[in-house]
Order: sequence, then structure tokens, then C-alpha cells
Amino acid sequence: MNMLKLSWKYLIAKPLNTGLNILLLALGLAIITVLIVIQDQFESKMTRDAQGIDLVVGAKGSPLQLILSSVYHIDFPTGNIDMNDAMALSRNRLVKNIIPMGLGDNYQGYRIVGTNYDYLDLYNAQVQEGSKWDKPFDVVLGFEVATKLGLGIGDNFVGSHGIGSSSHEHDEHPYTITGILQPMGNVLDKLILTSIESVWYTHDDDHDHGKFEESVAKTGFPETDEDREVTSLLIQYRNPMAAVQLPRYINSRSALQAASPSFEISRLFELLGVGVKLIQGLAIVIIVIAGLGIFIALFNSLKERKYDLAVMRTLGASSGQLFIHIVLEGVILTVLGAIVGILIGHLFIGILVMQNDQGAISTLSASVFLVEELWIIAYAVAVGIIASLIPAWSAYQTDIAKQLTKS
Amino acid sequence: MLIAKNIEFSYQKDQKFNIPDLTLKEGEQLLILGQSGSGKTTILNILGGLLKPHQGEVFINGTSLYGLSGAALDKFRGNNIGIIFQKPHILAPLTVEENLKLANFFSGKDGRKNENLLSDLGILHKRKAKVNTLSEGEAQRVSIARALANSPKVILADEPTASLDDVNAANVVKLLKEQAEKFNAVLIIVTHDQRVKDHIANQITIGGEA
Repeated sequence: MNMLKLSWKYLIAKPLNTGLNILLLALGLAIITVLIVIQDQFESKMTRDAQGIDLVVGAKGSPLQLILSSVYHIDFPTGNIDMNDAMALSRNRLVKNIIPMGLGDNYQGYRIVGTNYDYLDLYNAQVQEGSKWDKPFDVVLGFEVATKLGLGIGDNFVGSHGIGSSSHEHDEHPYTITGILQPMGNVLDKLILTSIESVWYTHDDDHDHGKFEESVAKTGFPETDEDREVTSLLIQYRNPMAAVQLPRYINSRSALQAASPSFEISRLFELLGVGVKLIQGLAIVIIVIAGLGIFIALFNSLKERKYDLAVMRTLGASSGQLFIHIVLEGVILTVLGAIVGILIGHLFIGILVMQNDQGAISTLSASVFLVEELWIIAYAVAVGIIASLIPAWSAYQTDIAKQLTKS
Repeated sequence: MLIAKNIEFSYQKDQKFNIPDLTLKEGEQLLILGQSGSGKTTILNILGGLLKPHQGEVFINGTSLYGLSGAALDKFRGNNIGIIFQKPHILAPLTVEENLKLANFFSGKDGRKNENLLSDLGILHKRKAKVNTLSEGEAQRVSIARALANSPKVILADEPTASLDDVNAANVVKLLKEQAEKFNAVLIIVTHDQRVKDHIANQITIGGEA
């Protein structure tokens, strides 16, 4: 027998009361857990995916949409831009590196991205199996695409127009898988990568099969005499000066729009922040109510237990031990609440991820635990101590003789 | 062993309790008789270190009870004094055995004798039981076992037979006497129950004739 066991015995003597208090606190803490886990993973994923991209240039529209579609591949593209404009930009002295992208097609919901090898180098992506694309209609699959769709090297598939999964198919020419990327833990895992030429030729009405056998451009822009378009450009600045001059220079030109990923994402978090604050407030209210619930439960049970406490004193317990006995009950309740809460939070994220196997939520992981979650336990212990202080003080002051005589 | 000297106590100024001086040696037994309101329980509380008298001193084994401070007195009480109440007051969330272990825990004893004690009192088979499955007589025996769990020097019993039938009452008094003799402890029973009278020869009456 020890203090912890004694408090525990008293708690499980009232399973319903104890269970309700734990559940209420767990609910509040689960919300906080979900918030911090999602926030952390979104933020780190967002920064990881945007690494090395200083500026995104595309058609006029919403800058946030341009960033979401070109960097994170979760929104619709804003439209296409003329390749001559794009090439003119690539000759600007402030631009160090420029990666063209052709977007707009998908295969079973996974986006097909026409680009060049520079895009792979941006993320230091290596091919795990097979080789990179060489000819038009050669594709390299992101790791997750390959595993989820069960496709391998040499398999063929036909892309669909649009970026949702049920749009009409380009039945003329199938893609051939030449390689599969190693798992990257970033946006590449969910992409189907190919050359810009592939994207162009899929959408052409007349098919010049001679072109299909030529090698595609591995870096820079493909050479062509025709009037071609690309969707967006990922740009790296040559020097810090570019951050000031280049966006203004591009935006002043009528056809193009430049957007900075870091700026747009912090704006996005600012917008989401209001909602997050609201949910946080709700969670805190629930936690406070849970704390009150624990306080009331302890206080009420103390009335019935004054006699038990007096008996413990006659058995040799000091008033300090009775104080600890009551505080321990509060702390056990809240620590259990915290652990259950954290588990519920992760379970909730797990279910959320299971129900959304594509899109932004699917990149979350339910099994990642954060250091901040230890703080949740610390907060919970604080709630437990505060809630049990008054009942514990009253236990401390139990007048044994008076209590025993009353019966 | 147990000495009470010049004890004075009152709940109200005009109503003083007259408390006789007591001197008991090891293994001695005493029956304090008195009607309700005569201050029997108050005496017991004072002797048990639960209620500080306004004047006077209680010595147990040479230690002045009220010379000890809070936690030290609690520890001393747990180690040296076993108290049995009118009602058993078994801690309901704990089993019979755990009630005894709790007494061991608070006084830092190992509780090796718990099983012997329970079997002496005929409740060993109930050691895993919760209090709400025990009969009145069994519960009172558990409370005796708990009071004896730390091999006390002094056993104080406050109306131990009041809520028991004749057979159980006789049994409880017999058990108390037996155990006190076994531990060579001072036994003081406070009661207004006439059934106890015949069992202990050494008697005093307080607050008028009982």
C-alpha cells in the first residue's frame, strides 16, 4: 500500500464519476493535441515543400492560388502563360534558376506535372527504380503514387484532363512509366512527373509522331518553333536584391503575376489563425469545465470521506499525508485525462487521414508525437493540482476527534 | 505504561469533565463505564492523542503524547495506539487486507503478522472481501484486526459492542481481551453496555452511577 495506490483505490471506487471527469478533460486536451499536431505538420510540410523556391510566376489571378497549385499542388492553376514571356524572364540578370511547369492533367487524382530535371534537383530527389524520363510520354512516379496505384516500371496509363479524378481521358497516347522516385516525405511523393513536351503533345489535336521519338529538354525550356504555353515558373533569386526588384518588375507586366511562397503561406496561416484561435478558446473552456468538474467531484466526495480521513489519522496518517492523498487523486485524474486526450487526438487525425487519401490532409501523419505534447501533460497536472488544492486543504484540517464523535 | 495526570477538559466553560487520574501497567485492563454524555468518548480521545486536553498530560511508554508535534504524534499514534470505534469504519474502497496494510503503511511497519491476526479473529477467508460484503460482526472484527495491525502498546475501544447482538458482543470482548493479553498491551474499553461488565474486573464509573 502506498499513497498512489490509496488514491487510485478511491478513484476506481467511483468508476462513473472518475470516467466522466477523465473523458471531459481528455476531450479538451484532444482538441489541443489535434491543433498542435496539424499545425506543426502543416507548417513543416509547407516550409519543406517551398524550400529553394523564392518566387512563383504564373498567370494573373489569386497569388495564394498560384502558390497552392504550383508549389503544393492542392489548388487549381490560375491559367497558362506564354512561353516567350517566360523565356524572356529567364534571361533576367536577377534570376539564378528558373523551372517551367506544365500542369492541368491527372491520373486517378494524382497530378501529372510537366517539368524538367531541375525540379527533381530542387528537392534532391533520386530515382529509386528505373530511370528519369527521356522521351515524350515517359513518366516518373512519386513513391506514394506507385505504391497506392500498384504501378511499376514499363506500365502504361492514360492521363485525364483536369486535376480532379473523374475528368475526361486523353485516349490518344498513353504514358509509359520509366522510373519511380525514392520516398521523399514531401510533395513529390504524390506527383507524376514528366517532361513539358508530354503535356503539350497530349493536348495537341494533330499528332506528329516524329516528335515523340526525340529526346526532351532536361533543363531550361524545350526548344520549339511553335507558339507554346507553360503554367507556371519556379524561380530562385540570384541575390537578395532580386527579392525587392523582381516581384515588382514582373507584376507590372500585364500578362504575368509573381507570388512569394513564404509571404503567401504566412498570409494563409494568418487567415487560418482566427479559426485556430476560436477552436483553442473552445478547448480551453472545456478544460476549465473539466477542472471545475474535478474540483466539485473531490469536494463532494470529501464530505462523505471526512470519516475515512479521520480513521486514517487514527491509523497514523499525518495531515500532510491526507493533503497529498487528495492532491494525488486530482493529479491521477488529470494525467489519465491527458494521456487519453493525446491518444484520442492522434486517433482522430488517423481517422481523418484514412478518410482523405488525397489532398492536403492525406500528408498528415497520426503517429508523429511532438515534444509539445509533454507540455499538455504538464498543463494537465497543473489543472489537477489547482482543482484539488481546496479539497486537499480541507482534508488537511480534518479535526479527528470531532469527526469521529459526530458519526 | 499508560499514565494520565491532572486531565481537565471542557467543551463549554460551565461544563467541565471530571477526568480521573489513571495509571495502568503493561497487560492491565480497564473498563470505563458511564452513561451517554458522561464524557467517556472524550476521555478515550484524549488518551488516544486525538484531542488535546486543556490541562494535564498523558504518558504512553514514557512519552508525553501532547509533547509531540503534529506529524510526530500521528506517527506515534499509528505505532503505539490501536483504536476501535463503535462502528467498524472500514475504508470501503479497500479490501479487508488492504485496510490492514494501510495501517502498516502509515506507521511504516511491514505487516507480517496480518494473516495471523486475521486468522485469530476468524476472518482470514474474508481477506480479499470488500466491506459491503461483510456482516456487522465480521466488520467489527476487521476493525479490531486493523487496530492491532501495528502491534500497539495500548488498545482503546469505544463502545465496541454497542451495535452487536449478545453472541457477537461477547465474542468481541473475548477477542479484545485475548489479543491484548497476547500483545501484553494495555486495554481500555469505554462503554455503557452492561453486557461487558462481567468480563473485566477492573472498572471505574464516571459521570455518576451507570
